[in-house]
Amino acid sequence: MEKTQNNRAWFLVLPVLVLVAFSAVIPLMTVVNYSVQDTFGNNQFFWAGLEWFEEMLSSDRMWNALGRQAIFSLVILAIEVPLGIYVALNMPKKGVWASVCLVLMALPLLIPFNVVGTIWQIFGRVDIGLLGRTVSALGLDYNYTSDPFAAWITVIVMDVWHWTSLVALLAYAGLQSIPEAYYQAARIDQASRWAVFRYIELPKMQGVLLIAVLLRFMDSFMIYTEPFVVTGGGPGNTTTFLSIDLVKMAIGQFDLGPAAAFSIMYFLVILLISWVFYTVMTNLDKRDGV
Amino acid sequence: MAWMAWTWPTAVFFGVIAALLITFTILAIRFPETPRTGVLGIETTRGDRLFITLLGAAFINLAWLGLTDAAQWWGLGLSLVYGAAVFRFV
Repeated sequence: MEKTQNNRAWFLVLPVLVLVAFSAVIPLMTVVNYSVQDTFGNNQFFWAGLEWFEEMLSSDRMWNALGRQAIFSLVILAIEVPLGIYVALNMPKKGVWASVCLVLMALPLLIPFNVVGTIWQIFGRVDIGLLGRTVSALGLDYNYTSDPFAAWITVIVMDVWHWTSLVALLAYAGLQSIPEAYYQAARIDQASRWAVFRYIELPKMQGVLLIAVLLRFMDSFMIYTEPFVVTGGGPGNTTTFLSIDLVKMAIGQFDLGPAAAFSIMYFLVILLISWVFYTVMTNLDKRDGV
Repeated sequence: MAWMAWTWPTAVFFGVIAALLITFTILAIRFPETPRTGVLGIETTRGDRLFITLLGAAFINLAWLGLTDAAQWWGLGLSLVYGAAVFRFV
């Protein structure tokens, strides 16, 4: 049968193009325009050239925020991915309990970011919060408002609580797609539990796990609301991640030029990492013949 | 458009990028190609190589700005050399 070619179908993409233009392309162009100018308000701009980029590239503040951000993203990936896989492996495969588990796992994902922040902000308080009071009663010195280590632990545990279920649900979907014949073959070969995981389950989950890593990396690298509500970036600047620092600079200090230069560099880093992930994923799909 | 705070250099910058995208789209329609595998070991089309060039050029220019005191034009020149290498070998 001859395939029909009709390029008019491209017009169906037009609404999306218009939407993307207004929600992403035009704002991005405006940010680029701001990054080479200075303003004192009143919509008056003065040419600054590459000055803001030079300032940002030599700014300890930006490099420190980037360092904190990278550590945060790596830590939560190192916890959430193995934990999500472990949870998925231990979830019931079918029956009523499978549905109950799926609903329970989906619950944290349905809570808005600012509500998650508020929950943990209260939960961790040493005067009225269940977590804060319990940890203090155990004799541990825990106060996320004054101790940087406690602040980091709180922000990381909060993120793990909020997002591990996403990894677990994706891994669970990957596990469910493995045909029973693979497990039967493994039983015939008397494969150990570890061998089943290493040579059957993990390779079959590879695609969904890469998506999980990409999603979690992107989200964690752009995290703003939850740490802002819980710690406000403190104590000091110890939990000031890139987005928090950017908002402080752009809105708090009204330094639009440096903030625009900062956000362009931030955008480029995210674009580079996303491209690497995307390339790896598409090449894996091609290799597996998907 | 005043709220977008346009300047001539940024308008030229986006104009060049838009012209490149249009050119490569026309090229892709008029002269369809088979993706090839280069030094990165990944399949790339002309469009992919343009993306790799533009992204790499952005980082080269930032690195040039942050690490040297020499004129930025040299950074741009280096980006063009990099772009030529990407189109030849990637």
